[in-house]
Amino acid sequence: MKIRVLISFAAFLLAGSFALAQNGDYQVPRTEWGQPDLQGVWNFSSDVPMQRPQRYGARQFLNEEELEERRAQIEANRAAADAAAAQLVLDPEAPEATSNPGGYNDFWIEVAGLGDVVRTSHIVHPEDGRIPPAVEGAPRQFGGLGPDIPGERPVRYVVGGISKDGPEDRGLSERCIVGFNSGPPFVPSLYNNNMQIFQNQDTAVILTEMIHDARIVPLVEKPALHDDIRLWSGDSRGWWDGDTLVVETKNFTGYRQTFASTGTDYDMVLTERFTRTAYDTVEYEFTIDDPSTFTDRITAVVPMIKVAGQIYEYACHEGNYGMTNTLRGARVDEQRLAEGDNLPERD
Amino acid sequence: MLMKSTVTMCRAATAAILGCALLLAAPAWAQNDDIPRTPSGKPDFSGIWQAITSAHYDIEPHAARMGPHPGLFGAHSAIPASLGVIDGGRIPYNEQALRQRDANRANALENDPLTKCFMPGVPRANYMPFPFQIVQSTDVILIAYEYAEANRILYVDQPEVTSQVDAWMGHSNAHWEGDTLVVRVTGQMPDTWFDRAGNHHSWEMVVEERWTYNGPNHIDYVATITDPQTFTEPWTISLPLYRRMEPNVQLLEFKCAEFSEEFLYGEWRKEGTPIGNPPQ
Repeated sequence: MKIRVLISFAAFLLAGSFALAQNGDYQVPRTEWGQPDLQGVWNFSSDVPMQRPQRYGARQFLNEEELEERRAQIEANRAAADAAAAQLVLDPEAPEATSNPGGYNDFWIEVAGLGDVVRTSHIVHPEDGRIPPAVEGAPRQFGGLGPDIPGERPVRYVVGGISKDGPEDRGLSERCIVGFNSGPPFVPSLYNNNMQIFQNQDTAVILTEMIHDARIVPLVEKPALHDDIRLWSGDSRGWWDGDTLVVETKNFTGYRQTFASTGTDYDMVLTERFTRTAYDTVEYEFTIDDPSTFTDRITAVVPMIKVAGQIYEYACHEGNYGMTNTLRGARVDEQRLAEGDNLPERD
Repeated sequence: MLMKSTVTMCRAATAAILGCALLLAAPAWAQNDDIPRTPSGKPDFSGIWQAITSAHYDIEPHAARMGPHPGLFGAHSAIPASLGVIDGGRIPYNEQALRQRDANRANALENDPLTKCFMPGVPRANYMPFPFQIVQSTDVILIAYEYAEANRILYVDQPEVTSQVDAWMGHSNAHWEGDTLVVRVTGQMPDTWFDRAGNHHSWEMVVEERWTYNGPNHIDYVATITDPQTFTEPWTISLPLYRRMEPNVQLLEFKCAEFSEEFLYGEWRKEGTPIGNPPQ
């Protein structure tokens, strides 16, 4: 009887909290200093496109029919992946479709999205959900997992390279200088879309799992950092706007792109807003303001979902055997070519 | 000083007893002592701290000595003298571990993991010549070190949160013993050193740290190291940590991965390729 009462009470609480969350009356818990408590480990993985497909126009949310279609597509993709895995079990001798073993299997990849899947895009400004035109002359540079694309230093993108002559010719994440998804701003990506927030009365810390970057955000009046001091993660100042933590970041190095393969972040001003909208959800909104790169500001909304777990130490640099192998492999190739050898074909 | 003058004022103005009582109670940390406290009454270690010691060269007592590559660096690379930070003076190595220490020391500049910008581990991170910031919340405390962007999360009164995989900065479980924060650090990689002099440990090392305020701007830091694979008995280091007092002091970045690239990968650089990026 007692257990039944407890279960009923728990169900009542659950139903109640769901209802509160739904109608926007969610009461954000407070820290012992009385401030909104955003602390915890949060995951920002997503399968929502950053830019809105043009067919949606200015519409930010999917309708019921589109949601059904999307869910069916996700199910179909999962079934196809399961079938492919099962086929491998049934016929392990089947010839590989490609000689490229690939980098990551499904275990690693976080594209399912734990949170809000009802948006047509993460970008909500400009109104069409599209990245605005770049300013004329703003540098563009494209990386990726394919062959190197020759270009000039500095390499400002995260993955790929302009050559394999030296470490500076590789992407910033390959060099373990910045994470490929942790920005700032946070951009949902392949894996490890995890961050943790710490707070006390006058400081917040935004800790990224990727390359263990602890961005310290003073919540008290502090003069701006000298313009000559430039930081990979920028210099942040924060304040409370009601229950929303607002973080403004500038003083970037100029060695990263502003957004979407474009610009340099030297003049970028980044404004992030963290709002806890439910026990398990922080709505993360970021605005990029960089008139030397884009003709308009860019604002995007990405839900972050509470994760019951720890952040792990992503000791990227300490284990970066990849950089040695990449450069060494290139030198070996050069030597073989010089000796008249033919190099094997590579995907 | 603030407390003393406040008391004097109160004695002089007996008519304002209530007001003085309020004045005395105003800062939460001034109630019983002069250390900062959280609203729940715990000592609040939040702030930017740094050790002032030459222990990062060598934690054992040592006279000043020649540094690496004196022909290139002259006195710049010389090693300053230090009283050391070890209670009892010397590290109680077993025979094999002492031989390893000597081998490490013979080529310390090349072998020190910090030459490669690897994370320093605990306790070394706490007495390097770089500041670190403590951000103390209720159930978790973050320590962010400027060096290599290393950081560690202290799980307070959460013994169920255990080390899952070894880490360069280990896994830290904390609890309070009165006003002392006691931290048990486990799961550290065996690769970190204690200093630039080749002093080392194994994967089995457990570090018990004790953080105790000694006035509002000093912390007495004590760490006991236990590692039966390396040492014949537990041993202890102790040193003061100083609050950085400059107005507007803040932690900056020292992402040294890029500064170590030539050391680590220069061997495989294409001949004639320039080092570094053009200035912005």
